[in-house]
Amino acid sequence: MTRRSLVRRLLQVVPAVAGIFVLTFVLVHLAPNDPAEDLAGEGADQAQIDAARAYLGLDRPVIEQFGIYVGRLAHGDLGTSFVQRRPVREVIGDGLGPTLLLTGSALLLSTVAGLALGTLSARRPRGPLDTAISSVALFTYSLPGFWVAQVAILILAVKAGIFPAGAMTDARATYTGLDATRDVVRHLILPALVLALSETALLLRVTRAGLLREVGRDYVLTATAKGASRERVLRHHALPNALLPVVTIIGSRVGFLVSGAVLVESVFGWPGLGRLLVEAAHSGDHPVLLGMVLLVSLSVILATLATDLAYAWIDPRVRAA
Amino acid sequence: MPGSTPASAPPEALLPVAGADRRRPFRNPAAVAGLALTTVVVVVAVLAERIAPGSPFQTSPQDRFRSPSSGHPMGADQLGRDLFTGVVRGAHSSMRIVLGVVVISSAVGLLVGVVAGYRRGLVDDLAMRTIETLQSVPRFFLAVLVTGWFGTDASTLIVLLGLTSWPLLARVVRAETMSLRQREFMVAARAMGSTDRRILLRHVLPNVAPAALVVIALTGSRVVLLEAGLAYLGLSDPNVPSWGALINNAQPYLQEAWWMSVFPGGAIALSVYGMNLLSDGISRAFDPLAGSART
Repeated sequence: MTRRSLVRRLLQVVPAVAGIFVLTFVLVHLAPNDPAEDLAGEGADQAQIDAARAYLGLDRPVIEQFGIYVGRLAHGDLGTSFVQRRPVREVIGDGLGPTLLLTGSALLLSTVAGLALGTLSARRPRGPLDTAISSVALFTYSLPGFWVAQVAILILAVKAGIFPAGAMTDARATYTGLDATRDVVRHLILPALVLALSETALLLRVTRAGLLREVGRDYVLTATAKGASRERVLRHHALPNALLPVVTIIGSRVGFLVSGAVLVESVFGWPGLGRLLVEAAHSGDHPVLLGMVLLVSLSVILATLATDLAYAWIDPRVRAA
Repeated sequence: MPGSTPASAPPEALLPVAGADRRRPFRNPAAVAGLALTTVVVVVAVLAERIAPGSPFQTSPQDRFRSPSSGHPMGADQLGRDLFTGVVRGAHSSMRIVLGVVVISSAVGLLVGVVAGYRRGLVDDLAMRTIETLQSVPRFFLAVLVTGWFGTDASTLIVLLGLTSWPLLARVVRAETMSLRQREFMVAARAMGSTDRRILLRHVLPNVAPAALVVIALTGSRVVLLEAGLAYLGLSDPNVPSWGALINNAQPYLQEAWWMSVFPGGAIALSVYGMNLLSDGISRAFDPLAGSART
């Protein structure tokens, strides 16, 4: 990426972030509740509510309010949770670790499985193996994750007893060191697999399509003419080029993964952001909900940016363009 | 594509570009199967009250945990409520939301995509920035936030999802329109003095339709999953029957009453699968790349 296109790409982040600030600000204003009353708490008198209103800047003109809103966000001030009575930043921070662990594992699993199955599929397009893999993939992509989670718990945890049925750690035991890690991994496998399922289907399709597109190119013909096996041509020649769209997908999947995690976490009782989000929605904890939407949206913007930069780094053609 | 970045490729990547088929979609078995499945679901949804006339919330103590039988083809739940009625009525609720969202998002997506791709320049820049912003807000999070703030009313959900589900369609339509612009028949139409409106309606719209249909079917399938997910989390109107709510209700009784989870789950899976097959089939039938992929 030339310096100019790099700067151009970095600048594109600005309107996206600004757009998210505007969108959430509008939503806050449309919401039927009064943030000042919420902040003052139950049983507050009019003076306290007015003080809260002044503190939040809600007595100023709308444009000024937007300025205050952005200013507070820029300082990392996401407000205070109504329910937990502590900063939203801390509340979200608590759930971040478990969610990153879960989504990270699912991303890794689905990438490895998606690449492997996609390559396998592309070996003989429209052959029996390809047809089987593609059909199964489209069907898995259609399954609701939370339902798969439920069925998986029933069969693999409750009936067969292979995995624990939920939570992140064994509450009855106090493990230390390596045992503690093993305990978390044991609890992690099932939710990560469920979350990875539909992502795998998607990645395998992208890998397969990318490979088939590359297979028609001249360099593949050259390699084949020189006597390289189909396997070798695919893996050593076509795959590196077919990886580009796959990388693109991974960046844009962050939002979907976190959304999927909301449901999967709820089924498994995984103590991450998803469960926090659902609890906040049920208890009407507006600042936590808002903080979460902001955080996830900004993460998606950053992930997309990182993807683009990685893309340019991998593909010299993009770098030059 | 000027003004776009590599990461704006997802439309292409999300779309099922796959095997080779140059035949029309109605001769593509996947598309036909998808169309058939989707039609069945829609017909059930439309005729829901005729197919299952009783109330899905009617309890019946003597039928508690009744396994599937002739009286209760899908069994009954812990309060003796008939699951067949629940699943059939659930189809109605689900398809109502799908229809609303698809109508709104298709209208906005087609309009924005065609105009941005045809006009280019400032309009296009503005459209693309809006699309990028909307695409970075996960719809599911936004839906949870809005139900938490504004309540679980179905029409709120329809408007919210409708107004946030169009960016993918707009992207695909915009790219198609841009490539159409260069084609000779477009130049000819302009040379003949056709108005922009006529060009867009008579020449652009019919040509972007297949690609648009692929995305619209995909949008429908995602909305089914979204609605079910929200209901599963208890974030839907409790007085409206929903597949997701049925699955949530089944959770504590999985071991005793598998049917409480399997039938509503199957209903979601089949509806989503139908729309995905349809989307896949159309894209295979019209994909020019697929021909060269046949090796």
